[in-house]
Amino acid sequence: METLAHPADAAINRRLTKEEKIRFLREMFRIRRFEQTSLKYYNLGKMGGFLHLYSGQEAVAIGTVSLLGENDHLVTAYRDHGHALAVGMDMKACMAELFGKATGCSKGKGGSMHFFAPDKKFWGGHGIVGGQTPLGLGLAFGLKYKGLRGCCLCYLGDGAVNQGTFHESLNVAALFKLPVIYIIENNGYSMGTSQKRSSSFQEALAKRAEGYDMVWDVFKGEDVYEVRAKTQIAIDRAHNDSEPTLLEIQTYRYYGHSVADANAKKYRTPEEIERYKANHDPIRIWSRRLMEEGILTETQIENIDVEAKEETNDAVKFAEGSPFPSEDEILSDVYWEVDHQTDAAKYGRYFFNS
Amino acid sequence: MPLITYREALKNALSEEIERDENVFILGEEVAQYNGAYKVTEGLWKKYGDKRVVDTPISEAGFIGMGIGAAMLGLRPVIELMFWSFAYVGFDQIVNNAGCVRYMSGGLVNLPLVIRGPANGGTNVGATHSHTPENLLATTPGLKVVTPATAYDAKGLMKTAIRDNDPVMVMENTLLYGEKWEVPDEEYLVPLGVADVKRQGNDITLIAHGRAVITCLKAAELLAAEHKISAEVIDLRSIRPLDEGTLLDSVRKTHRAVVVEENKPFCGVGAQIASTLQEAIFDELDAPVGRVSSLDGPAIYSPPLEKKQLPDAARVIAKVLDLC
Ligand SMILES: Cc1ncc(C[n+]2csc(CCOP(=O)(O)OP(=O)(O)O)c2C)c(N)n1
Ligand SMILES: [Mg+2]
Repeated sequence: METLAHPADAAINRRLTKEEKIRFLREMFRIRRFEQTSLKYYNLGKMGGFLHLYSGQEAVAIGTVSLLGENDHLVTAYRDHGHALAVGMDMKACMAELFGKATGCSKGKGGSMHFFAPDKKFWGGHGIVGGQTPLGLGLAFGLKYKGLRGCCLCYLGDGAVNQGTFHESLNVAALFKLPVIYIIENNGYSMGTSQKRSSSFQEALAKRAEGYDMVWDVFKGEDVYEVRAKTQIAIDRAHNDSEPTLLEIQTYRYYGHSVADANAKKYRTPEEIERYKANHDPIRIWSRRLMEEGILTETQIENIDVEAKEETNDAVKFAEGSPFPSEDEILSDVYWEVDHQTDAAKYGRYFFNS
Repeated sequence: MPLITYREALKNALSEEIERDENVFILGEEVAQYNGAYKVTEGLWKKYGDKRVVDTPISEAGFIGMGIGAAMLGLRPVIELMFWSFAYVGFDQIVNNAGCVRYMSGGLVNLPLVIRGPANGGTNVGATHSHTPENLLATTPGLKVVTPATAYDAKGLMKTAIRDNDPVMVMENTLLYGEKWEVPDEEYLVPLGVADVKRQGNDITLIAHGRAVITCLKAAELLAAEHKISAEVIDLRSIRPLDEGTLLDSVRKTHRAVVVEENKPFCGVGAQIASTLQEAIFDELDAPVGRVSSLDGPAIYSPPLEKKQLPDAARVIAKVLDLC
């Protein structure tokens, strides 16, 4: 294992081209703008349900996803827009999903919390806290079973670590030696509950891995270099030794838990939020780096942001111009056999509307 | 009588019972310091403190089971689920422990506990958050299930549920929390297992529970105004125990019935009721028992589509016109 003076010097980061570094910035701006724009249209009543925004956490999704290769997969919870855009899901389809339109990534059926893109090895978007954690295990099991050199990144929150399924998953991951990497995106709060009020822990939540004889690490999630350098170590372990890792990445969310969080400004101080934005914002930090490295000027960075903003506006136009699903869509995509009108679907009644 | 919201009615019930019985306490996610995700417990932590209003981590199986264990010692936990959909994480605790322990102990143990929270569709939160498990849980002998449709019933049923010596599942509705009804200041209880005739009528009986009751009342008004059909509306209030007597009396009078629910049709509450009616008063029926339910797919997100998925007055009226 290499010991590094600075994560920028990690082999995985030294290899980066200028174009790749610029792409990371663009992707983070796209996520930031996507969230701001969706918030605006949510508040205009164009969307229903919940909207959990990822703003502040961008470097985690961008940094980790940038490391994924051919057989590497990911699965996350309901705060999923950042991961979705990071894996390359079409922004228009993502926006249309929020608008509940037929052109949405799930045809308007899943909504904000339930984005999926199997073609991009992104297995959701899961609304039940902790519900995705055994799925990460299963994806890793599948890879090992098929003899593929790959891994699964499974993201969860600092609140989700207290679901039983997660602990069951940690044990099985270590026991079966599965190439799964659990990534706790620790933004300090689960809804209105601070980490201290939800978890019994010492030093780090990830230290719980020790109880399962699993390797763990904890680090800051504000710098793409650091996220990449530390995550790559876990990916190598998964690829080379088929061993799981538990990572805890410290981050922060700028908005309330969801847009419906009535107490968003009560359980933490405005100063705390401002302090994070001023000193730890992943986009600011990455922008500064690219300027220091002489890769981009301030004006060029502004232009990238403007392009991202324009792209989200186009996505809104697309979403607004798209039709809602037709009524018969309520009853399609329930059973594969029925959708494909196979022989199996010929026997027995499937739907019971009277 | 004062008009208060369904939410306030529930809160008042909780507050009164906390004051009445030192064994009553509230347990759940964000119930204390955050004041409840849907504000049902607003102000209670401030008033009653850490002992009586307890915030838990996101560990449904753990804290539901904890409530059951505490009930074994005679405490009376009121366990809040932020959504009944999250009960699925703790299903084993509810069904195997809360549902079966009394029986398996040969009656040595009883579990005076309440599990409460919203169980409804219609808020575009998608399939994982829109489950309505009243039928699922009512299939477990040992559990009781109630589904208040008004603020009056919410308060009365909640107080009774807390005093009941068996596990009672109270299924509320986020779309009703802000609605107002008349609720008396003086104390009252609504017994479990007693349906309520919410509107008198002669031509057909509409049988519903939860928010579907409100839908049926709207439909009944339109049926009277536009079709000269006089519909009686029965609110089950309680799914198990089920007040069969009130249903049978009504249908003996009207000779027709439609069962309306926001749940899915397969083995829904309506299926149980249709079976009861045909078995008990087959000769009194002038038409098959009709059913109106949510369209039989997982809850769709798309807001205008979800509206269509849930039963509305138009669908109830169409079914009634089919049968009359
Ligand atoms: C089983 C279950 N319980 C409760 C909820 C409601 N809920 C949704 S997100 C959340 C907080 C989760 O916090 P954390 O795991 O830290 O993730 P974050 O929202 O910070 O990304 C809660 C309580 C749920 N969706 N599923
Ligand atoms: Mg969190």
